[in-house]
Amino acid sequence: MNLLFALLCGTLFGVGLAMSGMTDPAKVIGFLDLFGDWDPTLGFVMAGALMISLPFFQLGLGKFKAPMFADVFRIPDRTDIDPQLVTGAALFGTGWGLVGLCPGPVISSLSYLNKDVLFFGVAMIAGMFIADLVSQKLANKGALSPQS
Amino acid sequence: MESYLYGLGGGLMIGLATVVLMISVGRIAGISGILFSSIKAPSGNLWAILFVLGLVLGAALFHAISGAPTPAFSAPIDLIIAAGLLVGFGVKFGSGCTSGHSICGIGRLSVRSIIATATFMTFGFITVFLRLHLL
Repeated sequence: MNLLFALLCGTLFGVGLAMSGMTDPAKVIGFLDLFGDWDPTLGFVMAGALMISLPFFQLGLGKFKAPMFADVFRIPDRTDIDPQLVTGAALFGTGWGLVGLCPGPVISSLSYLNKDVLFFGVAMIAGMFIADLVSQKLANKGALSPQS
Repeated sequence: MESYLYGLGGGLMIGLATVVLMISVGRIAGISGILFSSIKAPSGNLWAILFVLGLVLGAALFHAISGAPTPAFSAPIDLIIAAGLLVGFGVKFGSGCTSGHSICGIGRLSVRSIIATATFMTFGFITVFLRLHLL
């Protein structure tokens, strides 16, 4: 049952990404182009999503003891601001601004059968594995706080 | 105006998918994390594989039903690879992307996610400014 719900949620999320314009890199760049011909659409996407997620996480989630089809809620519990978080976000933002693609829209856009999106996806996954190796090395050295 | 309404409607669906995934499977809808675990440890994360398949299916369904044209995208291959590596490295190193930090994390009022979102948005704005208006 949890598998069916995972598929349904992914599908709904994918419909939302395509409908909202997030899978159109030109629209994403339009949003990031604050000092040009700014397109606020992505602000509406985030506002729409937060209108649901914010009240849920603040008020609704506490009413559930456990998920319907799993044993526990898996929610990140770290609160420290470490250099790794900020460095990662800065690198992500730079790559995002270069072509206007972030992970969700990359996956959804695979349905468009565009080879450039596919190349981006392969490079993105390679980048994830490199980061995984680097953060393990850093954790072993004790240079940064361990991953939760 | 119509584009804003589609943005808002799509955003509501994304928010709903996030909430339902938490209630049913008990997981944060952070796509970079879901994608990574579906590849690194596929056997223990069948749910993640199905969520990823759903993302592809959902976008295909939207265009099939609405008849909206699929967005065009093309860029020089070196730019695509550089940007892809930066995005992949950055989201893994920074523990999340637009979905995990900006929708789930801000929804949870997580300080880490608010800082991550402010950081990647700022670097996105700067990169686009440099690329379109200065270089």
